[in-house]
Amino acid sequence: MDEMTITLAQYTELNSMIKATIDGTEMFIPLDPANSHYAEILRQVEAGELTIADAD
Amino acid sequence: MTRARDIANLGNNTTNLETLDALYGDNVLTGRNLIINGSFTVAQRGTSATVTTGSAPLTVDRFSTTIANLDQASLTESQDSAVPSGQGFANSFKVVVGGTAETTLDGDETVYIRYQGIEGQDAQHLAFGTSSAKKTTLSFWVRSGVTGNYAVLMYTNNGIGGASPRSQTLTYTVNSADTWEYKTITFDGDGASGNALSNDTSAELQLYFSLAAGSNSTATDGTSWGAYAQGKFAYGQTANLIGTASAAFYITGVQLEVGDTATPFEHRSYGDELAKCQRYYYESGGTATNDWGQKGYQIASNYIANTLSHPVAMRAAPSVTKAGTFVTSAIAQPTPLGSSTTSWYWQAQKDGSSGAWTMYSNSSGKFTLESEL
Repeated sequence: MDEMTITLAQYTELNSMIKATIDGTEMFIPLDPANSHYAEILRQVEAGELTIADAD
Repeated sequence: MTRARDIANLGNNTTNLETLDALYGDNVLTGRNLIINGSFTVAQRGTSATVTTGSAPLTVDRFSTTIANLDQASLTESQDSAVPSGQGFANSFKVVVGGTAETTLDGDETVYIRYQGIEGQDAQHLAFGTSSAKKTTLSFWVRSGVTGNYAVLMYTNNGIGGASPRSQTLTYTVNSADTWEYKTITFDGDGASGNALSNDTSAELQLYFSLAAGSNSTATDGTSWGAYAQGKFAYGQTANLIGTASAAFYITGVQLEVGDTATPFEHRSYGDELAKCQRYYYESGGTATNDWGQKGYQIASNYIANTLSHPVAMRAAPSVTKAGTFVTSAIAQPTPLGSSTTSWYWQAQKDGSSGAWTMYSNSSGKFTLESEL
């Protein structure tokens, strides 16, 4: 029912987290499927709505 | 007879609970309330905010207000001190209409308060998906500037992502404007085979309190448990809070408990309530000058890192947000680099190859850690 707006997704160094802007706030998201942000990132990637850039 | 003997003899029976209440007051049995922060005492993110289309809490913990597709009206939400007299509450959750009132709603317009959800592992005793599925009773105090029928949706997620969500929508009536009223709603247990709540940390049970709803959300009878559809979201809602300029809606004393009878609200200490909330969100720093400090000595390479424990085990590895600027010496601003349910760590670039470093939080610099449902 509620959808997040996610932009600028990029893996951090060591690929330990994803840095992304969610609903206007920059966050560091752990790669934990139980994390609601990561679950939504996975859903949007699967749907072709979001791409995660490689780490710098 | 001792209080412990009384409790042991009377057992888990609502009539007997009322007897216990008469004997010992309204906190005789703890752990009845499935809702966290139902008296709105905890507001870690702030005490007032403009409501957005996002679903994350903005002020009081574990509750959020969401708007969808509004044309002219806006809303603010806040932790408030208005409470029903003599009930032992200190706070309520307040939503106020701003902008231009919308007396006629488009079909896709909705305004609602969302309870962030009950983890599946904490709702197994409801026995959903079996013939023994338990009824639950929701009770709360409400005060609204707009009378009429308000819908409350109970929604089960059936696992992360909600592949097969189910729901029941019931209503309560606000009879008098701007007057505190006590309401109870008893939801059926969902005994349909194959619809057991997942025994995990996902948001298996959710509650939505509608404040205004267009026809898209009221078109389908949802008063019995069944597959969720948008038309069931606010079935029976007639009140339109945003149809009245400056109308205010208050709620407090939210309790959800097993059975078909509402018992008195289970008041918890602030510390207990805060700890329960911190499983889903907490802030580190940001409240005072030099709120906390860390220091160390770097002996090699150009980066330092440090691990911090959470105050309580979190529901999932949390998302970490850095806000403001920390007071640092000999290192750059920190960057989160990893988190788990028990701890997290950050790193920062050292301004030399070795030597002492320090970092302090202050009224600006803080981290927020979130594992909300």
